Amino acid sequence: MKKLFLAAAAASLLAVTGASAQTKVGVLLPYSGTYAALGNEITLGFNMALEEAGRTGEFEIVKEDTEAKPPVGLAKARKLVLEDEVDVIMGLVSSGVLGAVRDFVDGAEVPLIVANAGNDEATGENCSPYISRVSFSNRQVSGPMGEWLAEQGVKTAYTLAPDYAAGHQMVEAFTQKFTEGGGEVVGGEFTPFGQTSDFGPYLTNAKSSGAEALFVFYAGGEAISFVKQYGSFDLKEDLPLYGSGFVTSPLYVAAEGDAAVGVIAALHYVPTVDNEINNAFVETYKAAHDKAPSEFTIQGYDAAKALMAAIDSGASDRESIAKALRGLKFDSPRGPVEIDAATNNIVHDVYIYETVKEGDGLTQKILGTIEAVRDEPHGCQLD
Amino acid sequence: MDAGFWVLQFLNALQYSMLLFLLSIGLTVIFGLLHFVNLAHGALYMMGAYLGISAAALTGSYWGAFILAPLGVTAIGALLYFTLIDRLRGAGPMNQVLVTFGLIFVFLDIARLGWGDVALGLSAPAGLSGTSNLLGVSYPTYRLFIIGLGAVVMAVLWLVLARTQIGAMIRASVENGDMAAAMGINVGRLFFAVFCVGCALAGLAGVVAAPVFSATTGMGISILIPTLIVVVIGGLGSLQGAIAGSLIVGLIETVGAAFLPSFAAVASYLLLAAILVLRPQGLIPARGT
Repeated sequence: MKKLFLAAAAASLLAVTGASAQTKVGVLLPYSGTYAALGNEITLGFNMALEEAGRTGEFEIVKEDTEAKPPVGLAKARKLVLEDEVDVIMGLVSSGVLGAVRDFVDGAEVPLIVANAGNDEATGENCSPYISRVSFSNRQVSGPMGEWLAEQGVKTAYTLAPDYAAGHQMVEAFTQKFTEGGGEVVGGEFTPFGQTSDFGPYLTNAKSSGAEALFVFYAGGEAISFVKQYGSFDLKEDLPLYGSGFVTSPLYVAAEGDAAVGVIAALHYVPTVDNEINNAFVETYKAAHDKAPSEFTIQGYDAAKALMAAIDSGASDRESIAKALRGLKFDSPRGPVEIDAATNNIVHDVYIYETVKEGDGLTQKILGTIEAVRDEPHGCQLD
Repeated sequence: MDAGFWVLQFLNALQYSMLLFLLSIGLTVIFGLLHFVNLAHGALYMMGAYLGISAAALTGSYWGAFILAPLGVTAIGALLYFTLIDRLRGAGPMNQVLVTFGLIFVFLDIARLGWGDVALGLSAPAGLSGTSNLLGVSYPTYRLFIIGLGAVVMAVLWLVLARTQIGAMIRASVENGDMAAAMGINVGRLFFAVFCVGCALAGLAGVVAAPVFSATTGMGISILIPTLIVVVIGGLGSLQGAIAGSLIVGLIETVGAAFLPSFAAVASYLLLAAILVLRPQGLIPARGT
């Protein structure tokens, strides 16, 4: 009996030491449904950073599919924390899923590195010392576009976006900065999210508004439909299109074709960002996948970078990883970045880029850089 | 808002109506004839778009896709007919709905495996990619093409159904299948032919829609609901009903989108509810009038 007890104790001791050598990472992303492409791209970037550093052995990955559905996401988050006992969770594409898991990870005190979902309040009034974001907040993407557009002397704009939280936040931030810069939003509409395939009626309204510019936020399939239909109505002369950068994301801009040429948008990363780290990154990615990386790849890549940097600073468990992430600075392919100690949101450069033709394909020409864009706390108190 | 604005919005409505018509006519005729609710009809539309994109890449021309995609979808439809649908004919509506609903997800995953998760696009053919002047407004030529194509399909189907012997046989079989069979009509073969035409039209709608919309794995599910609304509003199994239903739904959704976007999403559901309460057989039912 005593022997058996000793053996069991030894075995459990082994298990404990075995576990502490590795960091257990729960990857919580959509691998099916509308956002599956984004989930795959983020995973790819995450793995790329680990492989590049030769540190894949240090991390044990448990992948879970959120299906981009809030209740599923919450159930999977619970499973990762309670059953798999992960040290840290990485992922989240949909703002809705982030909203659903927010209170759970905050209460369970498990660090969560957000790799896409942009809802402002997650690093604003609902911020948490356990939730840090390496992607963007919605305000951070569209605000600089409004600022830049006003600087160009554009006086009036019309806005279109899908009718859900991200659409409203994108338009709100654009309107605020554009108005501050002396512009005026003369009209706008929110289109039923996920149910709008024909944008003809909205484009007709936008045209008859007489605005000088059109600002939109669309992503994925909606972005492709929108840009193609915008192109087919031949509005480029009368009503040039500006957007939050997802509208012509390198991930799917090829499907938009010539209609995307000339569209100007703001984003925290484009493959043509010129710095040493990015040039090497793009080369590696292109060699492996025969296409350019996208902002989603970078978000996954930087999630891994941030996690490795936190571990290097001596963090080993949930509490210390969360602490180490806060205020962390590192160099990303998108330029120097920092996790804001005040909100846990990323601070990064935002690029104003135009989609232009290059040979048979399309590429991104950077027109301007707005450096170190920091989202205000908006009531966030981490301590 | 000048006259040009109204013309543009009217053309937008017409264009959307024609796409709905191409889809709903297949669904409604299959239902009218076979008494079979084929929920996988939207999935066939999606396959039309994806096959069209592949066919365009293969042949290097949109018109190659325009011909090949409906043929490919018809082949898929024929396969479904012999493996599943023919066997389910007598199995009752619940089994039919379950099986065809399951097929939606099967096709969704086939599309994901074959074409990936990133949405794809198809370019309009060179001659139709610009804008044309019509009634004093400039309007995308490709959208005018969709309107024209819808009108041609409508006219051909009406002629065939109303003026030819095959049309008479189809109408007779819809009215009373047993009696038609007793009169020497090969009802089984007729059903199969009509099913194939319905599938071809779904494939045609897919390849025609691809240059306007994007091809996504979710497109089959999202188009299914407006199509079902059209079919129910118009009257199950009726050609005129499908025409009236698609025009009404297309108009309501477009006008709603132009003036009250937040209301646009529910407008056609309200109409559906009203029709189900006041006139459950639909506006122009296939029989009994």
